[in-house]
Amino acid sequence: MTSRAPRRSIRARRARSAAMVALTVVAALLATLPLVLILGLLLKQGASSLNWAFFTAMPKPVGETGGGMANALAGTLMLIAIASAIGLPVGIGAGMYLAEHRGGRLASVVRFLSDVLNGLPSIVVGIFAWQFLVRPVKHFSALAGGIALAAMMIPLVARATEEMIRLVPNSLREAALALGYPRWRTSLTVVLRTALPGIVTGALVAVARIAGETAPLLFTAFGNQFWSTSLTQPISALPLQIFSYAISPYEEWHSLAWAGALVLLALVLVISLIARYVTRSRFGHGHD
Amino acid sequence: MASTQLHGASVGDRIYRYTTTAFALSIPLLLVLLAFEVAVAAWPALKAFHLGFLTSSAWDAVNGTFGAAPAIYGTIVSSLLALLIATPLAIGVAIFLSEFAPSWLRQPVAFLVDLLAAIPSVVYGLWGIFVLVPFLREQVMPFLADRLHLGDTPLFSGPAYGPSMLAAGLILAIMVLPYISSVTREVLMAVPRSQREAALALGATRWEMIWGAVLPYASSGVMGSVILGLGRALGETMAVTMVIGNRHEISSSLFAPGYTMASVIANEFSEATNDMHLSALMAVGAVLLAITLMVNIIARWLVWRVERRGQA
Amino acid sequence: MATTEPQVLATDVAATAVAAPAANALISVRALDAFFGATRAVRDVNLDFLEGQVTAIIGPSGCGKSTLLRCLNRMHETVTTARVEGEVRLDGKDIYERSVNPIEVRRRIGMVFQRPTPFPTMSVRDNVTAGFRAAGRAAPSRAEQHAIAEWALHRAALWAEVKDRLNDSAMALSGGQQQRLCIARALATKPRVLLLDEPTASLDPLSTQKIEELVYELRGDVTVVIVTHNMQQAARVSDRTAFMLLGDLVEVAPTSRMFTSPSDERTEAYITGRFG
Repeated sequence: MTSRAPRRSIRARRARSAAMVALTVVAALLATLPLVLILGLLLKQGASSLNWAFFTAMPKPVGETGGGMANALAGTLMLIAIASAIGLPVGIGAGMYLAEHRGGRLASVVRFLSDVLNGLPSIVVGIFAWQFLVRPVKHFSALAGGIALAAMMIPLVARATEEMIRLVPNSLREAALALGYPRWRTSLTVVLRTALPGIVTGALVAVARIAGETAPLLFTAFGNQFWSTSLTQPISALPLQIFSYAISPYEEWHSLAWAGALVLLALVLVISLIARYVTRSRFGHGHD
Repeated sequence: MASTQLHGASVGDRIYRYTTTAFALSIPLLLVLLAFEVAVAAWPALKAFHLGFLTSSAWDAVNGTFGAAPAIYGTIVSSLLALLIATPLAIGVAIFLSEFAPSWLRQPVAFLVDLLAAIPSVVYGLWGIFVLVPFLREQVMPFLADRLHLGDTPLFSGPAYGPSMLAAGLILAIMVLPYISSVTREVLMAVPRSQREAALALGATRWEMIWGAVLPYASSGVMGSVILGLGRALGETMAVTMVIGNRHEISSSLFAPGYTMASVIANEFSEATNDMHLSALMAVGAVLLAITLMVNIIARWLVWRVERRGQA
Repeated sequence: MATTEPQVLATDVAATAVAAPAANALISVRALDAFFGATRAVRDVNLDFLEGQVTAIIGPSGCGKSTLLRCLNRMHETVTTARVEGEVRLDGKDIYERSVNPIEVRRRIGMVFQRPTPFPTMSVRDNVTAGFRAAGRAAPSRAEQHAIAEWALHRAALWAEVKDRLNDSAMALSGGQQQRLCIARALATKPRVLLLDEPTASLDPLSTQKIEELVYELRGDVTVVIVTHNMQQAARVSDRTAFMLLGDLVEVAPTSRMFTSPSDERTEAYITGRFG
């Protein structure tokens, strides 16, 4: 396979090999460097501007110091709740269909399209939700934001569910059927139940992914300076608030943006870590 | 015979089948609806400007003329720049993790690289505004222009503002790296043992084995992962909006501010005052949708081909 | 006594496809074909399974014996592209008739597979009562569940070993215990027939012996069909033995005669170890 190359001494070839191995190590170091830089700075900047008021107080107008992001926090949690309420059942159901119709034509089409949907820019999903849900009723709403995020969750959850159900041995499904279980009962109480830890992980990964989304919310939830938990009113969210504070010219707002970013990242990381923990605790030794 | 009563319908099964099928159908439906709604929103602008929308650089909300050429140009340049930086790094990381890393190091490093993908775009943007852009303006740009005397070349000419195509490319590189590297890692892992062992048995060094046997086998999958990364970069919005400078101009210099399709939409949506301006933004979205759809389909197809061959 | 019996049932039956079932047949199979796509895995099988007896199906791997077994409780059709033609009568009623619900069939005909398949998320007790709980319309009380679990575990000769571990995960049991748990689970629905698909293939000799003893115990109360590639096992546990080759049922006879004086030369070749 290296026939084109003139015969090199074995020592030169070994040296070259070692050099390339070293280069991949450098690549790994370089790739993790930004992470360290970003996390370090977030901790430094965010922690210094983070206080109790951040969680409990409302935003203050320009010029007044202090204030917090209580409304944005509540908004983010609410948007996650709406998106999960729609996205999880649909995504899990679609994933079960995909897993149970492995070779089917519709399943192949759905699988492919959900991967395609997964790769679409979130801003396009935002435009869609705006045109479909906001424009006809002429005002922004939490519901539209939640639906836009759900649209992003569905393909993610569907594919994760499918993968996890595939890990359940077919013999278990057969055992349940042979016991006189109807198919639906086999799927729900045996197969889905066995795959549940993995599916929970997939769901949490999807939640972590949408929790930090900003672009779709610009067109749907829009943001709100006031406290709101109404489904039909515009609602604030952490990423939206971070964005508008970051591009503002005010020092106080910048430090609030850092605090918000730290909280948002902590939220995302905690969800991701729980996701990992759930899988590890159940599939700890069965995974290969 | 009465003891063997075998009849009875399975209503539950039928409900279950219909429900899961409906959920599965929701995905194609969603995609079709999405494309339709975006097209409807874009229609007035596309009708008014035709193909000129893609080639014109005039973007004047007051006079109602719109051309997306600078945004399209900026999207392509920033994404290519990102791939140029991220691809070698990502493939290096993937090779390190799949071939060389001791097993105790593999998990933690893979986790750290994957974490890059977990950081929200807006947090990258925040970091970009307050760290990356000042660093570029004060250190990197002067260094490139004055120390290396590249200031007269078209790529690095002009004043160092900070917010620039270079900043967008760099931040995109960091953001797409985990995607490219994790898919590449999977593709490399899918290369059968026999391929590696055959190479080693011929007396190849470890690197020769990778270069001569593993990478050629996985090449179309690696290509797919890069194109997947491209799909991410093309549509990335917040971080780019925050560092690219937002200017409707085509400039050959990486130091100059620019625009991408996604950042035009994000940045001007809230200030769009008339319907034509809104529709023009949606038309940019439609073009972005069309491009990313194409890129995604190609990428999926490439990755799918390798994984399929690995199973066979 | 065996030598004076009229010629083997199966060959007679094969000649006249609509032969009446034997008087004490609980399941009678007539003109049965089973397909995977275009491949015919079982061809034109006619066979009676006699009530309360243990019937062994032997044959080299790929001969269609497991497929035939899976046709008896309509498990064959759960595989995509799989298809069945012909009749399988349970108590005279064709289970492949259009109006028949396969779930009802499977509740009356229990099945145990090659590898133990306890449900990993359920306790030992919940595993045993799983089929029982699924069958009833109303949820059985805890006491009822406990009673049925105890009864079934006794029948499966597992009670003594697990009576203190009923709430533990079924995965904590050994392989042989798991397999007997699966038998208990199948017995808990009080089926009339128990299908065993190479039930000891993945077990050690000691566990195998326990299962064989159990099968021996069950005869009389339950009609057992056991598929095995192990001829000694067939000889030890069964009353009658059927030999299959390349999808065809070659011969069926009382076990003692099958292993001493088979009537078909292919059977003889197989049991004397000339192939398979």
